[in-house]
Amino acid sequence: MSDIAIRVENLTKRYRIGRAQGSQSGVRTLLQRAASPFRYLATTLRPPSEDETLWALNGVSFEVERGKVLGVIGRNGAGKSTLLKLLARITEPTSGRATIYGRVGALLEVGTGFHPELTGRENIFLSGAILGMKRTEIERKFDEIVAFSGVERFIDTPIKYYSSGMRVRLGFSVAAHLEPEVLLIDEVLAVGDAEFQKKCLGKMSEVATEGRTVLFVSHNMAAVQSLCSRGIYLQRGKVLVDGSINEAVATYLKMIEDRTQEDLSLRTDRGGQGGMRLVGVDITDESEMAAMTLITGQPAKFVFHINQIPPGMVLEYVDFTIYDLQGRPVAYFNSGDVGEKDFRDSNLGTHVVCAVDELLLIPGRYRINVGIAGNGDLQDHVEGAAFFNVEEGQIRGRPVVARSQRLGSVMLPHRWILPETR
Amino acid sequence: MTASNVSQTPSLPETLATTVIEPTRGWASLGLRDIWEYRELLMLLVWREIKGAYRQTALGVSWLFLRPILNVLVLTLVFGMLVKVPSNDLPYALFSLSALLPWGYFSNAVLRSAGSLVQNMEIISKVYFPRMIIAVAGVLSGLVDLAASFIVFVVFMLIYRVPLRIEMLWLPGFILAAVLMALTVGLWLATLSVRYRDVSFAVNFLLQALMYLSPVIYPISSVPEKLVFFYQLNPMAGIIDGFRWALLGPTAGSPPGTTFWISMGIMGVLLVVGAFIFRRTERTIVDVL
Repeated sequence: MSDIAIRVENLTKRYRIGRAQGSQSGVRTLLQRAASPFRYLATTLRPPSEDETLWALNGVSFEVERGKVLGVIGRNGAGKSTLLKLLARITEPTSGRATIYGRVGALLEVGTGFHPELTGRENIFLSGAILGMKRTEIERKFDEIVAFSGVERFIDTPIKYYSSGMRVRLGFSVAAHLEPEVLLIDEVLAVGDAEFQKKCLGKMSEVATEGRTVLFVSHNMAAVQSLCSRGIYLQRGKVLVDGSINEAVATYLKMIEDRTQEDLSLRTDRGGQGGMRLVGVDITDESEMAAMTLITGQPAKFVFHINQIPPGMVLEYVDFTIYDLQGRPVAYFNSGDVGEKDFRDSNLGTHVVCAVDELLLIPGRYRINVGIAGNGDLQDHVEGAAFFNVEEGQIRGRPVVARSQRLGSVMLPHRWILPETR
Repeated sequence: MTASNVSQTPSLPETLATTVIEPTRGWASLGLRDIWEYRELLMLLVWREIKGAYRQTALGVSWLFLRPILNVLVLTLVFGMLVKVPSNDLPYALFSLSALLPWGYFSNAVLRSAGSLVQNMEIISKVYFPRMIIAVAGVLSGLVDLAASFIVFVVFMLIYRVPLRIEMLWLPGFILAAVLMALTVGLWLATLSVRYRDVSFAVNFLLQALMYLSPVIYPISSVPEKLVFFYQLNPMAGIIDGFRWALLGPTAGSPPGTTFWISMGIMGVLLVVGAFIFRRTERTIVDVL
């Protein structure tokens, strides 16, 4: 028996796009389709032309040894979810092949198959069976599952009365007790409260040390680095890095940074309806030069340039999140949460400014994700819209210097009261 | 085999189960063994369908019995008493209920299995299992309604003092035929519904039309002689007539004749073809849904 658990050879998945957009919209297409059902049928049946195809995965090959934990990282749309779906047999590849040695368990969602009208107990059996557990197996582990989830008291209550947190906990507990030889996990850890997340991470590293093979897809660099030994970095459906997890994470972070060097308006990897687009971000200190370098404890200004606010469009809010380099969110700002000192400026045009009086971030490198909402919809969302450096400075007279061992990203203004030195 | 070419062997101590994932070319096998492997999930899905349906209803499971009773009541009032549709000298309530047994089951089962893929998209897009079991679960869960209607029928039999008949032994056969017919229509519609959501609108109309084309509210003897042959090519016509014959005797219906077996043959072909087409669509269902 070889000690390879997953072997992926030249795996390719082609999606057809373009057509899907038409299918959602309006009365007109409906009428057109009703008028010429056969033409519609013909476009459906002919092979897709090149501009209609999306290569979600393009010749991906890698191997995972038995007992290893592989982290798969990449930006949105890089093919991570497609890879998982193919390995979990949810959909079929266009070409290539993958071989998995051992029983496969896929955990792509928490609480798969839950029925709101059924009780927690009934749903454990249902979800367990859907995830591939045998009835006897579920019965054996039932108490353990319930105990781990912490919803003992409500186990005979229909889960529609559960809070979303309880539902997530129950769902994860069922999934965590799967005992396959090969486990495929999507970003299910991004759910639940902090305490439960910690519990999940603990359970996951337990799984990892039990000698099972795990393929773990995530955006959370900290989680990936703590759980995985090996990593692959996917970009546009191809494997760019296949090596140690640190190598893969480093590439990921560098890539995100490189992307921000590009002109924002040219980027296509964005979400939202597109009624308004973010075309530029300036991050400046007091000097107001677009330096992208800030100083701890000093004022900072984030300026967002929107391409246009079309007539009839109501700009509801601009929001952004500051992330540290590990991908951990540090702070969130939303112009919709109106404060007393906010004001409007008729000279601003299509700019939106967020002024920070005192930057409480410790020295390091950060990135921001930006969202623009209007007319009840998210109009634009750009990940890694900008990067900036924070340099050493002072927070209320206290020097904040770069220290490799420093934990956290924020320094709160504070003072110490110490015993007198004799 | 399934959404991919899979050979899963139960994991023996030394040899590990091996899953090979690659595109299937041409026509895949039906993968009936795969369905058998997942029988526990099938039963759970049936159970979920039944149990979930009657939660938070004031009358709960009584609906299972109320539905056929109310149906018969309405049919008897309208067609038995007002329109005076012939019922071959049988009490109209008995006459219509004997047809509502297979028809009620059939329309219910078709509705459930035709919508099954779209309704269960959430599970389908997250977990692998042979997708056919979700359509089969829809068809099987209808059997509970059938059982309840049967209990109602037994009560009617006692009220109207209908004797037990040896032909009643045919019933399991007719029920099987109704199940297969529901599965045939269900599989075809479920396959179509993946690409064309129009199916959810069409299915109601289709069932209504088929009901008028089947001897539910009127006896088969009302059909013009010349058309009877074509009329009976509809498998439901033969099944309903068979039910009447088995339950109420030769005045009500007739035993399965040549046309019945022809219609069963057509149905069989459609079932197998439908199942293969379903299998073909199954592989990439998630990409289209």
